[in-house]
Amino acid sequence: MIRKHHPRVRRLLTRVIDALVLLWIVTTLTFVLIHLAPGDPASLLISPTATAAEVSRQRAAFGLDAPLIVQYARWLGGVLQGDLGMSLASARPVTAVIGEALPVSLFLGGASIIASFAFGVLVGGFQALRAGPRTDTAITVATTGLYAAPSFWLALALVALATTGASAIGAPAWARLPAFGMQEPAALATGLDAWRDLARHAILPLLVLSIPGAAGVARYARASLMEGALAPHVQAAAARGLARGRLERRYILRNAWTPIVVLLGLTLPGLIAGSVFVEQVFAWPGLGRTMLSAIGTRDYPVVLGLTLVYAMAVILANLLADLTVSALDPRRSGTS
Amino acid sequence: MTGGRRPRVARDRALVGGGFVLAAIVLSAILVPLLSSGDPRAIGDILATRLIAPGQRDASGTLHLLGTDAFGRDILLRLWSAARISLGVGVAGSVLAGALGILLGAIAGWRGGITERAIVSLGDAMLAVPRLVLLLVIAALWGPGLVVVVVVLGLTGWMSVMRLVRAEVLGVRVYPYVECARALGVPSRRVLWRHVLPNALGSAVVAITLGVGNAIVLESGLSFLGLGIQPPAPSWGNMIAAGREWLLVAPWIALVPGLVLIATVVSCTLLGDALSRRLARPAASTSLADQR
Repeated sequence: MIRKHHPRVRRLLTRVIDALVLLWIVTTLTFVLIHLAPGDPASLLISPTATAAEVSRQRAAFGLDAPLIVQYARWLGGVLQGDLGMSLASARPVTAVIGEALPVSLFLGGASIIASFAFGVLVGGFQALRAGPRTDTAITVATTGLYAAPSFWLALALVALATTGASAIGAPAWARLPAFGMQEPAALATGLDAWRDLARHAILPLLVLSIPGAAGVARYARASLMEGALAPHVQAAAARGLARGRLERRYILRNAWTPIVVLLGLTLPGLIAGSVFVEQVFAWPGLGRTMLSAIGTRDYPVVLGLTLVYAMAVILANLLADLTVSALDPRRSGTS
Repeated sequence: MTGGRRPRVARDRALVGGGFVLAAIVLSAILVPLLSSGDPRAIGDILATRLIAPGQRDASGTLHLLGTDAFGRDILLRLWSAARISLGVGVAGSVLAGALGILLGAIAGWRGGITERAIVSLGDAMLAVPRLVLLLVIAALWGPGLVVVVVVLGLTGWMSVMRLVRAEVLGVRVYPYVECARALGVPSRRVLWRHVLPNALGSAVVAITLGVGNAIVLESGLSFLGLGIQPPAPSWGNMIAAGREWLLVAPWIALVPGLVLIATVVSCTLLGDALSRRLARPAASTSLADQR
């Protein structure tokens, strides 16, 4: 059936099917992994004084007494219907638990992707096209160090700077940024003030998430722009006397978009990992924090559901990057 | 980097700089705990020795170059004892991942067919889950500890090496000399290990070197969350976690270990990039594609 379509549609369909198969493998692996682990969630959730009969009743209530293959079939059947099961710890649907945390993480992740790419491409472009060798080396050292910095350390360093550091140099009160939470405790502000409160609280987490991302993008953009600047058609255009700005925008930057789009798909795992730490350090109730607490309480369905959501995001981002690349550069659509 | 005019070793600033810093860090990790008489885990008179700022002396006149933590333990000593654990875990984890990657990549590239499909799909599936999430799940379910962390780093880090080795094997297996060896009756396994695989080792070594930095960051992250190396054994990650509580009073407790960690990771990256210019094809130095 697929063969009858236009090659482009066919390619799209095969990519989507590949992505779905991949997703199924991820889910199955996670399911097996979690159920192979030693320990029993029922024993964690039930009071230490419970009798054996109570424990087995509880296990039956959670469906943990069924054979593994039955549990797997039940779970997969539910997933296909958009049902990720019930959280063992809170007895609420997993989709509700995830749905509650998702906006927080989407906000953090979305804003920091935009910031990372905007700053990264700017800095990398400046290094590749305008900076002298010394400035270039200095910026490279800085971006390499910032890219290597673990996000939890960066978070603590920025908190120290914004609190103790800011008051040590006598910075005004508004410069001392709040270090924890999404809003002032017992916030009563509404409307514009509430948004301002949120924005002040968001500055540090967003900086922590965006700085390593921007540093990584800058390193990458610098390399691909430098390579682009050496391409024969650019040299020829420069020899013809084309204006520098036009040369950079039309001849170099345009060709560099392809690798940068590919990078968009590649940065997502790092961003997710970063958000786990950022949400933990700054006490933002997003997916990462939910994941950590679910792991702590052995809340299998939540851990499984979140792994699925993360894998879905990564696979989708790669698929989108793939499709964008073949739209931008038809020569590359054949390769994977 | 095509055309192959490699800078001489002494002129290669990345190689010299990265190697120098890394050598200094390794030497300190070996020597400082050896030469010091103190015990990095021992807690003395807490009230007299805790939270001493860097460069100050305690009541007994002992100088604490990097200060002390909330239990009065010398941070310099703990830092370099932690370096032994963090470097050891990073190297062991990355080498384990590399060995697994070489093995699976060689099998996939050489055998082809359904074996190759299975290995590649498994790798793709594991790359789709952020490595930190995988690490968290496994480390949390199997209980934290040194051995678990090393094994888990190995089990979650083989994919990039596998891809590189598989690509190299696929490229080399069609060369006439390989066909020659087979025609002469050299057993298939021997052709793979002696004639095909050595070509792929350069890129694998680069990937493993770059992986050490990654593994160190991941170990510190796990330890920071309490799922890695358990106190009182020091690791850079759990030292930073312990300093979090005292951030406003004694910021050096949390900040100093991170600086050494960053220096370590940067010099691993510099070294890996320099090696990739010498040993491997340019495509191997995609450190960004590795997962955090």
